[in-house]
Amino acid sequence: MSDQGSFYQRDRSWHPLAFTPSYKTSVLRSPQHPLLSLENTISELTGPVFGHDKLGPLDNDLLRNFAKTGDPIGQRIVVYGRVLDENARPVPGALLEFWQANAGGRYRHKKETYLAAIDPNFGGCGRVITDEEGRYWFRTIKPGAYPWPNGVNDWRPAHIHFSVFGHAFAQRLITQMYFEGDPMIWQDPIVATIPDKSAIEQLVAALDRQNTLPMDALAYKFDIVLRGRRSTMFENHMEGN
Amino acid sequence: MVQKLRLLKESPSQTAGPYVHIGTNPNWVEITGVWQEDLGLVLVDPETKGERIIIKGRVFDGAGDPLKDALIEIWQADAEGLYNSPQEKRGKADPHFVGWGRQPADGMTGEYRFETIKPGRAPYKDGRLMAPHITVWIVARGINTGLHTRMYFSDEEAANAKCPVLARIAHKARVPTLVATRAEENGLPTYTFDIHIQGEKETVFFDI
Ligand SMILES: [Fe+3]
Repeated sequence: MSDQGSFYQRDRSWHPLAFTPSYKTSVLRSPQHPLLSLENTISELTGPVFGHDKLGPLDNDLLRNFAKTGDPIGQRIVVYGRVLDENARPVPGALLEFWQANAGGRYRHKKETYLAAIDPNFGGCGRVITDEEGRYWFRTIKPGAYPWPNGVNDWRPAHIHFSVFGHAFAQRLITQMYFEGDPMIWQDPIVATIPDKSAIEQLVAALDRQNTLPMDALAYKFDIVLRGRRSTMFENHMEGN
Repeated sequence: MVQKLRLLKESPSQTAGPYVHIGTNPNWVEITGVWQEDLGLVLVDPETKGERIIIKGRVFDGAGDPLKDALIEIWQADAEGLYNSPQEKRGKADPHFVGWGRQPADGMTGEYRFETIKPGRAPYKDGRLMAPHITVWIVARGINTGLHTRMYFSDEEAANAKCPVLARIAHKARVPTLVATRAEENGLPTYTFDIHIQGEKETVFFDI
């Protein structure tokens, strides 16, 4: 019932603009025409379903899913939370894919040139599907900050990238998670593409001392919100008006 | 004070960055042994109904250079125009066709390529049929929020002319930016769909 209506319009003042010159790569990669507003059709209201059979047992364990000779170096953490929609309803069956640098801020990627060491026991990718209440969790190490070519001395704060599939292609989202208390969040040109401070804070995971694993791992809570749908009550208006 | 309307705000988007493939196509970037195969590479099996087609193209930036780090996703109906999704209430889609694909642009040439089937027609909100089309979503370094567009087919002129979505494009000269050109390559119908993020040939992108 409530899963059938069209989606609330995306609040473009809450998202980054496309053209953000302080993040230089966006200059040539931003459309200049306004986006064409399109009322949701069946093509946007539907989306692929990913079953648990697609996943392996270590997909949500970045401590182990690439390890060759032992655990990766770094602060052991658990990241957990819920995927909700704007109506605060859980989104079960959502596929989350995440990727990150190692504890030294180095990605495992052939085009990466940062001098920090590669960790032989850390791949940096994982994925999970949310349960009936929209919950997910995974285990990893806290990624390091890293420098990147933008200004001559720009650094990314520690972050984990997230790709999210909800129930409809209109909900498709890629974003990043930051860590509570990191002063580097506020000097980052990519974070700063988001114009609203409270929108940025929505991407900052809270250190959750109550859910740390004693003598094992710290916990960070990160909820993700996807677009919400109108009630179908408002969809059944007279056609052809 | 009045009662609060919307409870939550959508999480703001952030760029996928240059290393999106670590998370989406780890095998492709040589992170092997973590999962069996990257999702979305194969759309059809021998029993999938419909005309086999190839879709290929490149994504160009405002300087006319192809993006070599882009990730392209497609979402489409089956040969009958039905989507393989629980939200699809009109009928049961072909069980041999999920309708979702994902491919990285080639690291040297920037070309992306999908082997899929030509979709059937699905209805617009008011019941009129849309022309056959494929939803396309592009992310890359420098793209702050994923770009949504649609690919239409050059050999569907009559349907395209009546498509209620294409009709919404006021600037008619921009309609061809959404139409892929059909040609025969290696015995398979091949549609070329180049996407221009900005510039004279800027593709129409949608706020859906
Ligand atoms: Fe990153």
